[in-house]
Amino acid sequence: MKVRAQIGMVLNLDKCIGCHTCSVTCKNVWTNREGVEYAWFNNVETKPGIGYPKDWENQKRWNGGWVRRANGRIEPKQGAKWRILAKLFANPDLPEIDDYYEPFDFDYSHLQTAKESQTSPTARPRSQISGERMEKIEWGPNWEEILGGEFAKRSKDYNFEGVEKQIYGEFENTFMMYLPRLCEHCLNPTCVASCPSGAIYKREDDGIVLIDQDKCRGWRMCVSGCPYKKIYYNWSSGKSEKCVFCYPRIEAGQPTVCSETCVGRIRYLGVVLYDADRIAEAASAPNEQDLYEEQLKVFLDPNDPEVIAQAKKDGVPDAWLEAARKSPVWKMAMEWKVAFPLHPEYRTLPMVWYVPPLSPLQSAAEAGKIGLDGDMPDVRSLRIPVRYLANLLTGGKEAPVVSALERMLAMRTYMRAKTVDGVIDEAVAGKVGMSNEMIEEMYHVMAIANYEDRFVIPTSHREISEDAYDVRGSCGFTFGNGCSGEDTGTDLFGGKRTRTVQTPVGKLSEGV
Amino acid sequence: MSGYINTLLFGIYPYIALVVLILGTAIRYDREQYGWRSGSSQLLRRRQLIWGSVLFHVGVLVIFFGHLVGLLTPIAIFDALGISHGAKQLLAIVAGGVAGVMAIIGASLLVHRRLFDARVRANSSTTDTLIIILLWIQLALGLMTIPISMQHLDGEEMVKFMSWAQGIFTFNFEASSYVAEVSFIFKAHLFLGLTILLLFPFTRLVHMLSVPLGFFWRPGYQVVRERNQRAQPTRLPAAE
Repeated sequence: MKVRAQIGMVLNLDKCIGCHTCSVTCKNVWTNREGVEYAWFNNVETKPGIGYPKDWENQKRWNGGWVRRANGRIEPKQGAKWRILAKLFANPDLPEIDDYYEPFDFDYSHLQTAKESQTSPTARPRSQISGERMEKIEWGPNWEEILGGEFAKRSKDYNFEGVEKQIYGEFENTFMMYLPRLCEHCLNPTCVASCPSGAIYKREDDGIVLIDQDKCRGWRMCVSGCPYKKIYYNWSSGKSEKCVFCYPRIEAGQPTVCSETCVGRIRYLGVVLYDADRIAEAASAPNEQDLYEEQLKVFLDPNDPEVIAQAKKDGVPDAWLEAARKSPVWKMAMEWKVAFPLHPEYRTLPMVWYVPPLSPLQSAAEAGKIGLDGDMPDVRSLRIPVRYLANLLTGGKEAPVVSALERMLAMRTYMRAKTVDGVIDEAVAGKVGMSNEMIEEMYHVMAIANYEDRFVIPTSHREISEDAYDVRGSCGFTFGNGCSGEDTGTDLFGGKRTRTVQTPVGKLSEGV
Repeated sequence: MSGYINTLLFGIYPYIALVVLILGTAIRYDREQYGWRSGSSQLLRRRQLIWGSVLFHVGVLVIFFGHLVGLLTPIAIFDALGISHGAKQLLAIVAGGVAGVMAIIGASLLVHRRLFDARVRANSSTTDTLIIILLWIQLALGLMTIPISMQHLDGEEMVKFMSWAQGIFTFNFEASSYVAEVSFIFKAHLFLGLTILLLFPFTRLVHMLSVPLGFFWRPGYQVVRERNQRAQPTRLPAAE
């Protein structure tokens, strides 16, 4: 047993309202620079839909994630090491920027400078890469927003596998949900495995997966390796970039920007202890449907004295063990079993988990004809097909998703009886394998969702993670080569000089 | 006068080019890690890149190692192995010719893409454009030497270049005289080749030094950065 700690995230999709605040705040902090305008470390997709980049879940096309070979070992789906190196000159599995979208801005200054005319002036789009006029914008990070576009195209969604999908194209039967997506900071990341330069690494102390910008050589194999397509190639710097889990904030005990600004309070951050020695075994499980449960077995109980003793031996600080015992992520994933990994069948053991959303009952159930299982409605009569959620969250295994939805419905039933009718219904909790205390705590964490219950983040121990003495008087966050602030655009070797503060002055007016 | 220029271009210039190559590369590696990358533009435009890049790289790699082995292996070794100069030259013409044609087809696709694709052009630095054009010209010059070589298949001409290249590396100050009488095409090819070495540290070509062969030896697939392992403080026992 080798105990490591990771800050995990849970997103309660039952409460996501699709407001994109997470995406916008993240973009303003991390990707409002040249080369990554098209990149959204966090984006919110409307499901069902093919998403951003187009069709990202279709690994037959993109070859992301891992495959299990006949001998029981796993290797990246894009190939073993020699095959990855053979693709250095041209990578057949790399999306083109049009699969994301060509970044654009609008000719806003035209609104102020236009001469008098019959029609009112408009601000038309212009490419942020070539500066040329764009007649039509074809895609974006939330292109299928609230079921935008034809069902025929959206229904190519991979999660419809095994679902009789035609009826969901009809207006009366349609369903939708939001899926905010960010880097999963996997326990078994394919991006790390695919990087020929060894520039991507997982931090031992908090599990955050980062790209060393100085070691990255731009071979772009990580983009193909990541099945979630959450590594973005910066076309200006020639380096890959990804969600950094706001590590400077996490180190200081603060939540990530996306979590902090979430108006629906759907995001949770907490410590999860895991056994690093069991990762390979869990990721190599023969049956894809078992991968969710295999991952649960990798997690370690922070109340187990044996785990605590080993954790101390492996250098996990006491404050982190304390935080692990209060972790909302642990509670939702392990105690209540209402949170699930995104596409465990990719064998990456992702660490950003999702609580599946409840949805309205089909009209038949409302009319009292079918689907009432005792006092509680049958979750199979919810609008969103259980199979669809299972394809998204458990590799197609329906039982865990059904159980989670039932527990959430039970929580509502119990609390409604308690607060509206003034009755404690002793039968409800037992039906879903819980106790009244568990339901009350679940209600407190998931429904009330106070700040201090959502974010239990121990500060990092700088004295062991980094030599802080070297950092004194430094210039904060820059991209390589210290804090050069000179005015010349390029350096002697043709690279762009980076400036710490960049203000987009004059760029637009030049472009008109 | 022509002797003066010949000494300058093929006796002195090689050393200037090599010094800039070595020092420039070392300084850049030391100071400019963030700018050290392959500079792929595949994300912006896939069209023409798959064929262009694969043909170009495979062709150029064959040519590169062909030149390296062909020019710098001491002549005595070929003689000892019983490989006649004529046979070696024929091998060089055939292998180099095939690889050269591959490379120039690839380079043509890449030059076209770089100059005429709006996205790629907008994201090209001056040196990006310059170096691919220089490489194209160098490939063209290299292919143009083939008809000249065909006129003397005894390998004598080739031995001159081997003597010159080996002379440069053995500090033979007469080295430039070996190539004083060769055809203009050869001289242009030599000069441009040296110039590309000189420009090497200032262009994206440096990515070839980072060819990630270490990937094969990296154990397993995972990379974990451990905590800073500070030395434990030494404990002095308390005085009895």
